[in-house]
Amino acid sequence: MWSLQKIANTIHEWLNTTFNSTIATTIEMVIAGVAVITLFALLGLVLVLMERRIAAWMQIRLGPNRVGPQGLLQSMADTIKLLVKEGLTPNGADKFLFNLAPFIAMIVAMLLMAPIAFAKDFQLWDLNIGVLYISSVSSIMVISILMAGWSSNNKYSLMGAMRSGAQIVSYELSAGLAILTIIVPIGSLQFSEIVQSQVNGWWIFKGHIPAIIAFVIFMIAVTAETNRAPFDLAEAESELTAGFHTEYSGMKFALFFLSEYVNVFIVCAVGATLFLGGWMPFHIGHWESFNHMMDYIPSSVWFFGKTFALIFLIMWFRWTFPRLRIDQLLNLEWKYLLPISMFNLLLMTALAILGWYF
Amino acid sequence: MGASSLIVLIIAAIAFSGIAILVSSLVLKGSTNKQKGEPYECGIPTTGKTWVQLNVGYYLFALIFLIFDVELIFLYPWAVVAKTTGWLAFAEIVVFFFILFMGFLYAHKKGALKWI
Repeated sequence: MWSLQKIANTIHEWLNTTFNSTIATTIEMVIAGVAVITLFALLGLVLVLMERRIAAWMQIRLGPNRVGPQGLLQSMADTIKLLVKEGLTPNGADKFLFNLAPFIAMIVAMLLMAPIAFAKDFQLWDLNIGVLYISSVSSIMVISILMAGWSSNNKYSLMGAMRSGAQIVSYELSAGLAILTIIVPIGSLQFSEIVQSQVNGWWIFKGHIPAIIAFVIFMIAVTAETNRAPFDLAEAESELTAGFHTEYSGMKFALFFLSEYVNVFIVCAVGATLFLGGWMPFHIGHWESFNHMMDYIPSSVWFFGKTFALIFLIMWFRWTFPRLRIDQLLNLEWKYLLPISMFNLLLMTALAILGWYF
Repeated sequence: MGASSLIVLIIAAIAFSGIAILVSSLVLKGSTNKQKGEPYECGIPTTGKTWVQLNVGYYLFALIFLIFDVELIFLYPWAVVAKTTGWLAFAEIVVFFFILFMGFLYAHKKGALKWI
């Protein structure tokens, strides 16, 4: 049985026996960097195609199916097209901030990869405050959006950036409270411990009612945080052209686009880790033989399977719900989600102290 | 890999975006004309300054967010020890939420949560 952890260990041992430790560490860093960049590019290509195919499927049309078998090379062709487009800077734009914004978006998306457990014992940095790290780094994202909107010298961009700022900071609260609801019975912010605590069942089953409420709130909040429909007010086409990236073209636009899709992947990965057990196979209590059978499926397959299932859910939202108005959006957060998630946290705390979870 | 992975990731992000932008600027030969640099606001020439005054609602929400975000940061260490501390932790969080909720109700009563 293959696993990502074994491959990583083999490379690590081979490097350390062949070279001295300094060179081995440097080579490992380079490999890690290249691996993450490859993952980024692959995610971009796969998710864009997935989105378009799912959209087509839900609207009973064909979608991209000409370039390559089943349209598999469509996003490759799109990348090449974007590569040969000119990156314009509008007159009167703040050139420095305008060019800095896509870099910040990419850096944030990349930094969020660090604590995510892709497979058993396979993550870049298993830091003990992993969840706090994710929620703090992901809030830097809003700076890049505000920067892009402000520096574009375009009223629509500015309006889109302001809307998106108000929206992201608002929904961060209920996303954070939903995460904390799961942290209370676990008692740790470390990703490996969170996954390990689900060895006898995932939290969405173990934590029953409060965990399910928290899961629903989490999915709503992250959909809003990643600026996706039905919360895509920041780039409402009928009102604001394209929102904060109206003035971006060519590769700079592609970077925003890519970081948006990678963010969707990351929030779904966090959701899968917290609620659906991350790389942990589907286990039921003390059914030893059943659990052994499930262990034969590699842990990375479990992780990516769950993550893509959640991504599918988020894409499904997009083609199901109509877009909200800004006042409806803020009402939903402040008058419904926030009080509910606060009450839910209290409920979960009481249940955790009483030990009323499986 | 530990904390050094952060440096690797930042360098990887800058290298990835930098190379992508560099390659695209090398591939094409751009042309310039007067209309090309104009901001795209549905094709009509733009009037007035871009950096206009915005609805005060955005700032109000930002202010309320600040209060609740600080609350959220306080909750992280609490959540880690809540189960082991037991009912004392529960009582403390009830008091904390009660005070917070009073503030929330006050903001609501003042109309800060209403979109003007």
